Amino acid sequence: MKRYSGFAVAREGLNYHLGWGRAWRNPAPRKKYDVIIVGAGGHGLATAYYLGKNYGIRNVAILEKGWLGGGNTGRNTTIIRSNYLQDPSAAIYEKARSLYETLSQDLNYNVMFSPRGLLMLAQTHHEVRGYRRTVYANNLQGVETEWIGPDRVKQLVPIINIDGPRYPVLGALYQARGGTARHDAVAWGYARACSDMGMDIIQQCEVTGIRQANGKVTGVDTTKGSIDCDKLGLVVAGHTSVLAEMGGFRLPIESLALQALVSEPIKPCMDVVVMANTVHGYMSQSDKGEMVIGGGTDGFNNYTQRGSWQHVEETIRALVETFPMISRLKMLRQWGGIVDMTGDRSPILSKTPLGNCFVNCGWGTGGFKAIPGSGWAMAELMAKGAPGPLTEEFSMYRFREGKFIDESVAAGVAH
Amino acid sequence: MLILECPCCGVKAEETELAPGGEAHLKRYGPGSSDEDFDNYMFARANPKGVHFERWRHAYGCGKWFLAARCTATLEVFGTYPAQTTEPPAELQAYIKSRRPEWEGYK
Ligand SMILES: Cc1cc2nc3c(=O)[nH]c(=O)nc-3n(C[C@H](O)[C@H](O)[C@H](O)COP(=O)(O)OP(=O)(O)OC[C@H]3O[C@@H](n4cnc5c(N)ncnc54)[C@H](O)[C@@H]3O)c2cc1C
Ligand SMILES: [Zn+2]
Repeated sequence: MKRYSGFAVAREGLNYHLGWGRAWRNPAPRKKYDVIIVGAGGHGLATAYYLGKNYGIRNVAILEKGWLGGGNTGRNTTIIRSNYLQDPSAAIYEKARSLYETLSQDLNYNVMFSPRGLLMLAQTHHEVRGYRRTVYANNLQGVETEWIGPDRVKQLVPIINIDGPRYPVLGALYQARGGTARHDAVAWGYARACSDMGMDIIQQCEVTGIRQANGKVTGVDTTKGSIDCDKLGLVVAGHTSVLAEMGGFRLPIESLALQALVSEPIKPCMDVVVMANTVHGYMSQSDKGEMVIGGGTDGFNNYTQRGSWQHVEETIRALVETFPMISRLKMLRQWGGIVDMTGDRSPILSKTPLGNCFVNCGWGTGGFKAIPGSGWAMAELMAKGAPGPLTEEFSMYRFREGKFIDESVAAGVAH
Repeated sequence: MLILECPCCGVKAEETELAPGGEAHLKRYGPGSSDEDFDNYMFARANPKGVHFERWRHAYGCGKWFLAARCTATLEVFGTYPAQTTEPPAELQAYIKSRRPEWEGYK
């Protein structure tokens, strides 16, 4: 692998940029690996990366039914924040956010992390109380957030309508080091680093069955033949229930469609991320100038990667009220992803009833921000075979015990 | 757009009129059941990629609950039926089988 640097750009420039080489290999699967990860989204790739980097486990294959980063990782609106209410959430999301700060250097790949600041608007008195509580919780957790009043909101977001007819802005939960990153680059950067460590990323290879003996996993059947492994990690987001069924167990997961859309590009007008949970919409401006917009999920089970019209309308309606100037923007593209929702809106990083089979899922509408921390924690879980401090609360058995990590009450929109 | 015919009032309702209610035909477990059964009943869901039986409420219509059979991979609707049943009607199951020969059948 060629290292990327300013010097390398100059050197390759002398050769018409023909000498860069491929960012990752495209190998055929071998007969056996120590570890197989199913799903080459951000979480699967990051898991593999930290298995290699932190634990020296490099005989690893990552199997992907489509192309790497083509699932939710390439479909999300890239919001990064760690201002969650519950301690276990704050720990893993803040771990992720802090890894994002230096991820480009670590991977030698520009993931365009942009900690531009993030506001969650409070538009009801209930939200004011809720977010003030979150600020206190965050301060105790070591997550830097603050409560700001409407004047400061207006200062940070000049295009906002502070005294909206239905829901005036009463303040905001502000995380100055929250922001965005380039989603594709996160997947590509991890993929390149994994491939460089000798790991095999095998695309167009769908897992169709999980083989087991004596209650332990022995390998997987795929569209490219069967492959043996000692340990298996299922990291397939919206398809988690399908893989769990192959493994012979059930999970508290439902797959729903979540949509996003972007406008035509316009001049820079908003340099922070704004989330408005009461009216159910959020918006940021990409480096290309497009307004990136998202809202809520559909309510019914769906695997089609397209969502309902009325949700687009609902989201736009809400945002036009908060940002009147966008009413004349043309929307360029709209798409959907299938998100894996748990009852308490928190992820599952866990051992499963099947021995040596681990699952990382349930990130739902908000897992892009968690990719580095989730990979870090999942690698520990898989390498040691037992949960570490970041994962112990996220077991799939927490539901049985009533030990929910309830973020659904803490945020109406969980991106 | 998803359109379901409400078996209670006969209206062909589009999804803004309806409220989804999750997996149908859940077997209820209460006091005295094992932790595992109760856990499964409360939280675990079938969530198949394919034929799914689910509850809906005609929220902005007659207000009543009913059940529907739908394909989550294509959004095809196989049919709707009253909520007062413990399993999908035989003729609906036969129809689903004709549309999805690979379907393994109800439970
Ligand atoms: C519209 C939208 C907006 C979002 N906005 C945000 C946001 O602003 N901030 C945020 O933090 N999060 C956001 N999210 C959530 C975030 O995108 C996801 O939580 C995250 O990307 C999940 O990553 P993943 O690696 O687990 O899953 P994915 O990226 O979906 O990867 C899973 C992979 O598994 C593969 N796979 C599935 N089945 C098989 C099989 N049988 N064999 C082999 N491979 C298989 C899939 O093809 C896929 O590539 C958003 C999601 C959507 C859809
Ligand atoms: Zn009706």
